[in-house]
Amino acid sequence: MDFALLLEKSILILILTAITLGIATYLTYGERKVAAFLQDRIGPNRAGIFGILQPIADAGKMFFKEELIPKNAEKWLFILGPGLAMITACITSAVIPWGSHLELFGRTIQLQVADVDIGILYIMGIVSVGVYGIMIGGWASNNKYSLYGAIRASSQMISYELGMGLALIAVIMMSGSLSLREIVEQQSGWGGMQWNIIYQPLGFIIFFTCALAECNRAPFDLPECETELIGGYHTEYSSMKLGFYLFAEYINMFISSAVMTCVYFGGYNFPGMHLIDSQNLLATLQIVAIFLKISFFIFAFMWIRWTLPRFRYDQLMHLGWKTMIPLAIVNMLLTGGGMLLFGN
Amino acid sequence: MSSPSSYLPIVIQTGVAIGFVALALGLSHLLGPKRKTTQKDETFECGIETQGNARFPVSVKYFLTAILFVLFDVEVIFFYPYAVNFKEMGAEGFIAVVSFVALFLAGFIYVWKKGAFEWER
Repeated sequence: MDFALLLEKSILILILTAITLGIATYLTYGERKVAAFLQDRIGPNRAGIFGILQPIADAGKMFFKEELIPKNAEKWLFILGPGLAMITACITSAVIPWGSHLELFGRTIQLQVADVDIGILYIMGIVSVGVYGIMIGGWASNNKYSLYGAIRASSQMISYELGMGLALIAVIMMSGSLSLREIVEQQSGWGGMQWNIIYQPLGFIIFFTCALAECNRAPFDLPECETELIGGYHTEYSSMKLGFYLFAEYINMFISSAVMTCVYFGGYNFPGMHLIDSQNLLATLQIVAIFLKISFFIFAFMWIRWTLPRFRYDQLMHLGWKTMIPLAIVNMLLTGGGMLLFGN
Repeated sequence: MSSPSSYLPIVIQTGVAIGFVALALGLSHLLGPKRKTTQKDETFECGIETQGNARFPVSVKYFLTAILFVLFDVEVIFFYPYAVNFKEMGAEGFIAVVSFVALFLAGFIYVWKKGAFEWER
């Protein structure tokens, strides 16, 4: 790998990290505004016009709050927990293709940090490591509420990971590749008729449900269910460490929306993209397209949170093991059978 | 095809993420006030005095879930190489995988009937 390419990738990584953090910050604002809209309230409106400076004020506050480490907690693990949650959330975006490529300064710049063959496996792997951030933090707090929250979270996340993995198999059978860029490229065509959602509606529903559970979002937000567990795994946390847990949740939401877009909704493809000749204009519009799709999914996440009540724990486990996994297997067999019968 | 060097950007991104996390944690450590009191450092239990600590055994069902996850996740991973090569392998490969799925389901139904997924009891 030559120096220019390395520099180009580094710039891309810095921009991507900045965008990810910016989006996570503004999603807290979005969440509150959506909640307010759905509940017929106004929402934050004091800091700046329409309250758009609210998330910056919140982030600033996180820095200036007292950092508490309970005397019974395991100090280093207590610090490692939120750090790990944040690191895993930040590195998942590496394999997502944000657009085809730009042509700048006589170079072809891929709008993807790392085009690796095992894109989907990489994401599944990092998502699994994300469980440790919550588990370590909850255990190290040495608080019964935190421990229960952490155990619930990890047991929920590993249960839904199975359904997620099985749902993705059907898509991989159709694409024959684990690279996200290749999966997205195969969905390009006129008017969105090549998008996987047309062939995989059941798979998408399974994946979406599992993504909600993986992000610990309502109606699967049992790990931080306030009525029973106070704050769940982050009960003992304050200052930036609490902020990391909350930001990590929003980043995960953003990344899982991006993965859903790439796998089922054609990624950066949009209807009529073959009419555009200029590569730079095309790439820009592709970035706009993928972010519009992502925003829609993020809105759906919030919409669900403020509409549905929380599950009970046994209902959650039943849905995961007794509904999602059998359905995903049926979906996989149907896809295989269908592809053999109707010739791919 | 990707070569080992195409994983280098992932390493860089991990470095950037670690750097950001360390910087933010360090800054908040330096900027925030530090006024420790004995009561503030206690474990939070809704205001009443702390009873014991959080190092106690939890329900065996969570361990069962973890063990079943390890079992089934390994089997799910076996499907991935097959799924990538699905188009080349055709009907023959599909029949082979259906028999594998049958074994997978046999195990799944066995643990189901054994009551591993009964969370109410």
